[in-house]
Amino acid sequence: MRDLSSAPVPELGPDDRVRGPSGAPLILLYGDFECHFCALVHSRLVGRDVRVAFRHFPVESQHSRAWPAAGAAEAAARQGRFWEMHDSLFADRGRLEDPHLWARAQALGLDLDRFDVDRRSDAVKERVRRDFTGGLRAGVATTPTLFADGHRYGMPDEEVLARVAKS
Amino acid sequence: MTPAAPGTRVPDFSLTTERGEEFTQEDLDGQTTVLVFYPAAFSPGCSDQFHVYQEVLGELDARGAKLYGVSVDSSWAVKAFRRHLGVDIPQLSDFEPKGETCRAFGVYHAEPGTAQRALIVIGPDRVVRWSYQAEHPGMLPGANLIFDGLGAVPA
Repeated sequence: MRDLSSAPVPELGPDDRVRGPSGAPLILLYGDFECHFCALVHSRLVGRDVRVAFRHFPVESQHSRAWPAAGAAEAAARQGRFWEMHDSLFADRGRLEDPHLWARAQALGLDLDRFDVDRRSDAVKERVRRDFTGGLRAGVATTPTLFADGHRYGMPDEEVLARVAKS
Repeated sequence: MTPAAPGTRVPDFSLTTERGEEFTQEDLDGQTTVLVFYPAAFSPGCSDQFHVYQEVLGELDARGAKLYGVSVDSSWAVKAFRRHLGVDIPQLSDFEPKGETCRAFGVYHAEPGTAQRALIVIGPDRVVRWSYQAEHPGMLPGANLIFDGLGAVPA
């Protein structure tokens, strides 16, 4: 059984999905691809001098396609295209059914058969679940939740973004 | 007002289930109970809170813990709220006399006239084992706090 008691937010690890200049301030972002505030934060972070580690926090009872979308991103990661799928999903959250996920994979030039096997695999589910559990233990109760500069933030306003994205 | 302290026996209280039946201290016997007091049905924060708790019901069940939401909304309103959320966490109403059970547990928020955002863990012997009240109602207690609280229940 999972231990779900309180624990610090997991440090950046080798299998984290990270993007941004290596010297820039780091944001650990817990989100899901069906969450409109997560998409908003994503759009507000584009172009800033910041390094973002995206961690999956799919709340199934709230967003029924959050888990399949997370699986699609991780399956894309196995073909080296996590961030392309991440950006594609956030750009158009209205299309998250299986045929839409296949179409996205095709548009990115992924091996579709492999993508479909991977996204349903136990390994990918376990990868997503590990992020989710780490977030639960760190007290994440809503998305987006950001950890930056030793603090936890909910939906950040411009002032918070300017602060956490400043080197 | 501070939430019922660990080591104290629960007060006598009366709440109403979604079916309109009475729920009292006697219904706590023989099970570990987590009461989730929250300000208002249908508010965005409370919705997120229950959705996240829904994701850990399997683990709570394995720990022998039963979770209930408690607010001062009517039993019809809390039933509609649960159905709207699509969660399985039973809801209890503290509607009439309004907030009386919240007051008895020390979690009534007088000015808006709602429950505070609080968690109370009660052992099968009706003794409070752990309690928590958010610094302000906008802060959502994560599911981790429930499991911290369950750690205080003697095996």
